[in-house]
Amino acid sequence: MKKNISIHLKVWRQKDANSKGKMVSHTVNGVNPDMSFLEMLDTLNEDLIKKGEEPLEFDNDCREGICGMCGLVINGTAHGPNSGTTTCELRMREFQNGDTIIVEPWRAKAFPIIKDLVVDRQSFDRIISKGGYISIRVGNAPEATSILVAKENADLAMDAAACIGCGACVAACPNSSASLFTSAKISQLRLLPQGEPERNRRALNMVFQMDEELFGNCSNHAECQAVCPKSVSITHIARMRREYLKAAIKYVD
Amino acid sequence: MKLDSKIPSGPLSEKWDKHKFDINVVNPKNKRKFTIIVVGTGLGGASAAASLGELGYRVKNFCIQDSPRRAHSIGAQGGINAAKNYQNDGDSVWRLFYDTIKGGDYRAREANVYRLAQNSNNIIDQAVAQGVPFAREYGGLFANRSFGGALVSRTFYARGQTGQQLLLGAYSSLMAQVHAGSVQIFPREEMVDLVLIQGKARGIITRNLRTGEFNAHTADAVVLATGGYGTAYYLSTLAMNSNASAIWRAHKKGAFFGNPCYVQIHPTCIPRSGDYQSKLTLMSESLRNDGRVWVPKNKGDKRPPSQIPEGDRDYYLERKYPTFGNMVPRDVASRNAKEVCDDGRGIGDTGLAVYLDFKNAIADFGRKTIEERYGNLFEMYHLITDEDAYKTPMRIFPAVHYSMGGLWVDYNLMTTVPGLHVIGEANFSDHGANRLGASALMQGLSDGYFVIPYTIGGYLGGASLEKISSEDDAFKNALASSKGKFEKLLSIKGNKTVKEFHRDLGQILWDKVGMARNEKGLKEAIKEIPKLREEFWQNVKVAGEAETLNKNLEFAARVGDYLELGELMARDALNRRESCGGHFRIESQTEEGEALRNDEKFTYVSAWEFKKASNWELHKEPLIFENVTLTQRSYK
Repeated sequence: MKKNISIHLKVWRQKDANSKGKMVSHTVNGVNPDMSFLEMLDTLNEDLIKKGEEPLEFDNDCREGICGMCGLVINGTAHGPNSGTTTCELRMREFQNGDTIIVEPWRAKAFPIIKDLVVDRQSFDRIISKGGYISIRVGNAPEATSILVAKENADLAMDAAACIGCGACVAACPNSSASLFTSAKISQLRLLPQGEPERNRRALNMVFQMDEELFGNCSNHAECQAVCPKSVSITHIARMRREYLKAAIKYVD
Repeated sequence: MKLDSKIPSGPLSEKWDKHKFDINVVNPKNKRKFTIIVVGTGLGGASAAASLGELGYRVKNFCIQDSPRRAHSIGAQGGINAAKNYQNDGDSVWRLFYDTIKGGDYRAREANVYRLAQNSNNIIDQAVAQGVPFAREYGGLFANRSFGGALVSRTFYARGQTGQQLLLGAYSSLMAQVHAGSVQIFPREEMVDLVLIQGKARGIITRNLRTGEFNAHTADAVVLATGGYGTAYYLSTLAMNSNASAIWRAHKKGAFFGNPCYVQIHPTCIPRSGDYQSKLTLMSESLRNDGRVWVPKNKGDKRPPSQIPEGDRDYYLERKYPTFGNMVPRDVASRNAKEVCDDGRGIGDTGLAVYLDFKNAIADFGRKTIEERYGNLFEMYHLITDEDAYKTPMRIFPAVHYSMGGLWVDYNLMTTVPGLHVIGEANFSDHGANRLGASALMQGLSDGYFVIPYTIGGYLGGASLEKISSEDDAFKNALASSKGKFEKLLSIKGNKTVKEFHRDLGQILWDKVGMARNEKGLKEAIKEIPKLREEFWQNVKVAGEAETLNKNLEFAARVGDYLELGELMARDALNRRESCGGHFRIESQTEEGEALRNDEKFTYVSAWEFKKASNWELHKEPLIFENVTLTQRSYK
């Protein structure tokens, strides 16, 4: 059995989008090192509720690193100290007894804060709605084997498709760019033959929407790739740029 | 009221085609006059909303998360079944149908299951056309694997993230319809009541989770796609926000609840490590393709696994079931794990776990192959337990995973409330008493893409729907009572937190309505749950305010519903004095300890009608088998 530890937290508390927020200190005792980071926050919340105080709001759902709902900036790093993981996958064994941990929400113009650590990421949905799909009607799909895909391309497409839409890439980027997110979808569909017909429109429209939502531009810091819980590579951004450039030359709408 | 399953006449293989011809078709110009509410955006909800939008209906689609892409279908790891027979191993629609009916221990409708098997092939075509990156071989064709309860390789997969990829496929189609203007998405908006006018489902009341505001939404038909109710057990493999409230409130408005006691306990989950635990993590069943399940032969053998020689190990599944071995269906695997643990041969600190060992597979195929097949699962296991499963066997234990039960629906997926349809895990229909692996994704998408788009037209084309408005009394009253309920929760200001109540309920359900049930335990549960419920409504402590984001309040309302549903689960389990699939009554087993059905008395669907608190009327839909012979399920 591992020994329980105590953790000091400095967390962002903000009543709603219009109120001013501030950092607030809390201490959590009896933290088992095998606990997940979010279970440690659950423990804090149970304490707060019992004391009659307002619990801390943070988004989470599947708690196994796939839904993309959770996302905290922990000691300055999106999703915390480990690479290739989400916040919910982080365990308290990464911390020492008596550590002070700073917890903040994703910060970006395109992700307004709803309450405490909860932000609004609907801007991502709007980007996808501008072309992150293949227009196929239900019932009209050809036999699956009529579309052959080389294993290498299927694997690369899957690397891009693994994006969970959490927004860590935006939170980590000094420009708050959504390039990694947007390029992952453009790249996935570019690597598959099914994506070919709408290729140009997709690149132009999705990139346009990304700008509309007030996400910044990419200037090759690669911070996004470093924090991405699914290790989506910035080579997809390169592919997106090629797609965008080709489309812009060929296709004037 | 007599239950009418509306199963079409004719030979099994022609029923669905015939039915599609027989039902009403709505003129394309008239479709846009109809508004359909779809609650939920998982595989069922997203595929239904997208397909209905594409057909021309006006669709309002609700989800409790911040984006439709987060629904918990996304957590499905292993794969999706289809009868494509790409591996030339003798698969067919008939074989998939047969395996599924048998896997469900002959407690599902033949016609529904056959339709599901037929649709399975269309689903793969649809997903591939959408750009879902299924695993491929070097020639560009599909890679397949096998799952429990099947002797063929019919499972399609995208690494260990098949649910994610299929959901993102459905989500992309949904967003295309949002762009086209046919579907409107309402994120962070939870259904809190169903509204009936003249006996028909005509809308819902929602609570905006950001602002606490209550809204009335009118419609011509309502589709619930809100998933299962496993979270009633507190610890489960479900997402934290998954809940039963939408179906439960529809149940209280007149929709019968089918087979509430059929809950699947999945055999391969990471064991629980402490009281703080908030959920259990599943390790895909596909691991059993290459992993071997074992425990020490001798009780109390506390040696580390590496020091237990082959001769002292009991590979109990391989020993007892030589034909299926580690690939027996989930209910059988779970029950056997419980048995060896009850026998004192469980491993780890708690003694509530068994080993899943990859040593042989790594020796046979090399670490690289195993990494390719299950890399992300091994990684996940490492993150959670701090153990390297390439070197030491995984520890696994069963956990609540899937509800085969759900709202009763007919062949058109309509409930006993006209206009209210239920699809995917939220309905009871296709898996009988046990669901086979890789069949949940299949059912969600079959219902959403290929069934509801047709059958809802059959309803709308034939129904006489009067003009209504959200100002009607039915809406105003439902809105006021919903609001009252949330205000009440905040006003109790008791001493016990929502989580404490939930944990207490979970303990009762796990102990008494879990993997093995008996009359005594069930009767106790039927007494204990209402008592806990009463205490809840007098002594719950809910934090925060009504007018902002308040997750504690959301949870309180959901736990209030579990405290009613849990009682019904126990009552249904008590009524069914037989063992079948995931429902194991200790009183009803074969000499070898396998589930023993009582076909003479229980070949029916239990459909419960809510009367008042703690009072339900049982209706029975007889299950008629014309094409398969009921046998004692054997995987030996």
